[in-house]
Amino acid sequence: MTVPQNNPLALVCELTHRCPLHCAYCSNPRELAARALELSTEAWISVFRQAAEVGVLQADFTGGEPLTRTDIVELVRAARAAGLYVSLITSGLPLDEAKLDSLIAAGLDHFQLSFQGAREETAAEISGTKTHAQKLRVLEWLKSRRVAVTLNFVLHRRNLDQMDEMLAVAENSSATRIEFANVQYYGWAFANREQLLPTHAQLEQFLVTVKTAEERLRGKIRVEYVVPDYYAKYPKPCMGGWGRKVMLITPNGDALPCHAAAVIPGLHFGNVKEESLRQIWESSDAFEKFRGEAWMQEPCKSCDRRAQDFGGCRCQALLLAGDAAATDPVCSLSPKRSNVDAILASLPTSEAPAGPQFVYRSNPA
Amino acid sequence: MAIDTNSRPQLAPGCRLGENNNQRVLLMPERVLRLNGPSLEIVSRCDGKHTVAQIVADLQKLYSKAEPHKVQADILGYLALLQKERALDFSA
Repeated sequence: MTVPQNNPLALVCELTHRCPLHCAYCSNPRELAARALELSTEAWISVFRQAAEVGVLQADFTGGEPLTRTDIVELVRAARAAGLYVSLITSGLPLDEAKLDSLIAAGLDHFQLSFQGAREETAAEISGTKTHAQKLRVLEWLKSRRVAVTLNFVLHRRNLDQMDEMLAVAENSSATRIEFANVQYYGWAFANREQLLPTHAQLEQFLVTVKTAEERLRGKIRVEYVVPDYYAKYPKPCMGGWGRKVMLITPNGDALPCHAAAVIPGLHFGNVKEESLRQIWESSDAFEKFRGEAWMQEPCKSCDRRAQDFGGCRCQALLLAGDAAATDPVCSLSPKRSNVDAILASLPTSEAPAGPQFVYRSNPA
Repeated sequence: MAIDTNSRPQLAPGCRLGENNNQRVLLMPERVLRLNGPSLEIVSRCDGKHTVAQIVADLQKLYSKAEPHKVQADILGYLALLQKERALDFSA
């Protein structure tokens, strides 16, 4: 199958899977990459240069916690020197003011700070670590520094009632952007979904709050949000379409079309230690597999929306329909939509069921 | 929010010009905007020194075949879009 290709525009760099937090909804795979297998500084620098050559504009440094890489400042400098726009997606620790200054001096464009809630106890409950006070300190440091700041609040049943407090944290900071990101249910989050999926009433209130905030903060803070797609009528255009815009590099150098793609059996991923980024993008098995429309089944195959949502998410199709090539079962047109409705119907109806019993994300060897 | 023509727009932190395949772009958090002729002329004057009124006057000269009020309306519309994207700070 050969489909006319776009350049990748964004390179998601999972620099490490090590992290001081243990969030019950972590987007990392259940099987984490060991420290000993992480790409070297030189290997990452080569990846940045190759990425810029194939047309990538933005590099998102994430993890795990990217600040646990002792070469993080050097990596920021190299990515910026290669011509990329550099975002750091971080929990804010381990970080002090001197390190922050070094990162900005190295050319960091955008600092995205993730929040687990608006209160220390909620954040500790979900992440298994005390981090909230440190995040508030980081926000103070950022006020006097010239870098774009995004606050990313990850939302679920146990913190959706704190949105007003979250907005207050953002308005009292130098943030120009807020992301209200409802948890997406893969990997660790899928294991914890009964405790994290919001109720229908919470979702409705969320939409009211977020739209009001969007209006009120226009010109001051850009408000963006992601809905929990189990409640959606149509699926999200996952990653902007498989192999169309985004390339993700895992800590050990595998190149994936999305964060969760490793769950799909039988996909072979190219590795940047063995092949060029261009070769992988243009012809690797994993990127070719769900490009274009030839792989689609009904109802996607003949659906008017197929060029808008690309059939939704392949990993979700695998998790909820047992077939990665099926229509994303969150779609109201999917013959497997009843699987999603059954999960929603089985949820406890109270907003905060008795104490959480999360499967916490572990740490790699 | 209406745009004050006496204010001086400047690219917000983390927003900068870039280039991709000979196409000038405006880079910002999680977004890339393509810049064509007029939009590039506008953005390159968002330097904290030009007032909105000066940018309008410059472009009315540059695009002298277009109707001046149309040029002004297009510029104000584009600045409002950039403001909504949170790509600009406006100083007095």
